[in-house]
Amino acid sequence: MFDSLSARFDQIFTKLKSRGRLGEKDVNDILREIRVALLEADVNLDVVKIFTERVKNRCIGADLSKSLSPAQQVIKIVNEELVEILGGQSFKLNYASKPPTVILLAGLQGAGKTTTAGKLALWFKQQGRNPLLVGADLARPAAVEQLRILAGQAGVSFYSDPQDPVQTARGGLEYARDIGKDVLIVDTAGRLSIDYDLMEQVRQISTSIEPDYTFLVIDAMIGQESVETARAFHETLKLDGVILTKLDGDARGGAALSVKEVVGKPIAFVSTGEKQDAFDIFHPDRMADRILGMGDVLTLIEQAERSYDQDVAAKGMASLQEGRFTLEDFLEQMQQVKKLGSLQGILGMLPGVPKEIRSAKLDDKELSRVEAIIQSMTPQERRDPTIINGSRKLRIANGSGSNTTQVNTLLKQFKEMQKMMKGMGPLTKSKSKKKRGGRVTLPSGRLKV
Amino acid sequence: MHIYLIVILGFLLVSVIGSTALFRTRSKKKPPLPRPSPSGPTTTKDRVSPGEVTPSEVEVIEEPVVEVSLRDRLSKTRGLFSTYVTTLLSRNSITPEAWEEIEEALIRADVGISLTTEILQDLKKKVKSQGITSPEALVEALKLDLVNNLLEIDRSLRLSEQKPNVWLFVGVNGVGKTTSIAKIAQMQKDEGKKVILAAGDTFRAAASEQLSLWAKRVGVELVSSTEGADPSSVIFDAVQKAAARQADLVLADTAGRLHTKVNLMEELKKIHRVAQRPPGQVSEVLLVIDATTGQNALVQARQFGQAVGVTGVVLTKLDGTSKGGIVLAVEKELGVPVKLVGLGEGARDLIPFDPKTFIEALFD
Repeated sequence: MFDSLSARFDQIFTKLKSRGRLGEKDVNDILREIRVALLEADVNLDVVKIFTERVKNRCIGADLSKSLSPAQQVIKIVNEELVEILGGQSFKLNYASKPPTVILLAGLQGAGKTTTAGKLALWFKQQGRNPLLVGADLARPAAVEQLRILAGQAGVSFYSDPQDPVQTARGGLEYARDIGKDVLIVDTAGRLSIDYDLMEQVRQISTSIEPDYTFLVIDAMIGQESVETARAFHETLKLDGVILTKLDGDARGGAALSVKEVVGKPIAFVSTGEKQDAFDIFHPDRMADRILGMGDVLTLIEQAERSYDQDVAAKGMASLQEGRFTLEDFLEQMQQVKKLGSLQGILGMLPGVPKEIRSAKLDDKELSRVEAIIQSMTPQERRDPTIINGSRKLRIANGSGSNTTQVNTLLKQFKEMQKMMKGMGPLTKSKSKKKRGGRVTLPSGRLKV
Repeated sequence: MHIYLIVILGFLLVSVIGSTALFRTRSKKKPPLPRPSPSGPTTTKDRVSPGEVTPSEVEVIEEPVVEVSLRDRLSKTRGLFSTYVTTLLSRNSITPEAWEEIEEALIRADVGISLTTEILQDLKKKVKSQGITSPEALVEALKLDLVNNLLEIDRSLRLSEQKPNVWLFVGVNGVGKTTSIAKIAQMQKDEGKKVILAAGDTFRAAASEQLSLWAKRVGVELVSSTEGADPSSVIFDAVQKAAARQADLVLADTAGRLHTKVNLMEELKKIHRVAQRPPGQVSEVLLVIDATTGQNALVQARQFGQAVGVTGVVLTKLDGTSKGGIVLAVEKELGVPVKLVGLGEGARDLIPFDPKTFIEALFD
């Protein structure tokens, strides 16, 4: 999501690295570049000003510590300021002592409130809670119906009342108390921050149910408008946090910075895909790392832990360590990797992936092709690819709907991969491996703030 | 090449994830089991909620015909440039601050930093060559520059004699495709055209219900299918029906999709191909863009353009405080004209785009 921003900083700091010292002119150059990068990422102009000013002050007043190069110093400062803006720590949700914990969602039209409500309900359910979804969006045709379907998909209860949004919200709260639900999620209609009547209505909803958490749902693709919207909703509702949606696109998501800086409330959750479970707590430190091109390995690992089959992972590792990683193992691992989501998405989270690969169009279909080729082999062939001769190749190619060249490429690559693996010692830490692969090329890789 | 990448990636992932996941789980205790709910396994619904809305409870509201103008609507909010222009005009001459103010105004309108820089350079040249000294003249020159950045092109919606025409609506999630279709259906119906709606968004929950409610409100026919059906087939059916009924126009809805999702963009290409099959012919591919969108709109326009050849843009939600300045870049860089502007939630709140009014509205 912040990939382009990282690329930009990348460029700046490569330029910087080639120089020895950091003069005032350099600082100004850097600041100009940072400003452009942030503006291109749709960070609000006011926030850009504040940010660059802070970085400047710290750059100029900074001690020229000897252990760091000037470039590293600037990166360190920028990183610290980014983490600062994004909010030091991850959002922590405290459940109300007297249930239900009431959550109100508000935002502009099309920000993704209804979808988010469904995702949030599933998230709470996975946390072992028992949520009730309330559809108070009576303005958009079929919005209530949409939420009802989403509730069904998430396997949670649903309530709505076609009379009036305020009544619906209140009714939902009573209903939740009656049937002993411990989390109440109220979806509201999209509204413009300048529409007085509708803002008044959402305020009434808020007063009538006294939410424990009011979240502004905001589209990651939003432009300069982000600040005005956040400010207006904050004035009306007193926000407790923000939910950033559609982060799986390639929007640079500067809104994350803007909203946090202006409202002063953390980004609580992010929504990162079409599937209902593509939803998670927002991690500011990881996001700042990501901006600086350090990838988002932690998220990847968490995702892996959730969807990776432990036994398969263990088996694959054992084979790796013993140096007998076969195509069979490879196939199993590939199938696990597929569960993590799209290749492009995974790549985005890996640190230090060269730009050429990052920008390459990775079609998930290609993965299926590799899978098909391996599946067209006999178990014996998978265990020992050396026995694959011309006629076997032809059979495999025919069986998998590919051609012999593709089969050849796969075999050749796999052989090289095996060689590389044999050269690897016992695997303990991911860090050491990344270096071995020569993939950590960014200056930030060395810098742990 | 691809296979190479994937093998490398696979290797990388297997080693990184495999080891770390394993490493972590080893040192971690078993995660606590989810708290079992007291009433046994959770079911979809505990009991029937009171007052649930069923799609059949439709209220057909006839909307009064009110003329909508961009200026009226936008005057709800102060023109974005107005504060800047006021300070600008309060000066006696063009100072360096004046240039900064113009730059800020453009950036805040989401024009984008690169186009802003371009406009400023051009303006500076003009100031020199034309001997502009007063702030008033500078503001006028700026307006002219902005208008010139928009295309001089026929912005009417194309409707060919050969029936049925298909207008395909595409865009990312939540920009207002379905609502725009309803409004355009109203517009075309008012002009005496026979319109059929195709509920091609078979992905999002209740999307076709949403369109069907609109179809009833506007009073046009709808072709829809079940959730999860093939969108191409829905649109194909709609075209067949339109041909049989001698309808002029099929308005085809599609599911919102992020342009980064390769498979979904492929699906869209297929929809386009199927819609193009005789007797149908796609005379407009309209990209719907939310006016609050920032720089990503440019990427959207480029990607959708490459996939299905966008012929026009519908700029929605311009009645907010946002100014949709990104369309300047979209038109300039990609040559795709904005054809319609959405100004509200009513069925008639969609009007043709006029470059001059659009720019003037920024300054009012």
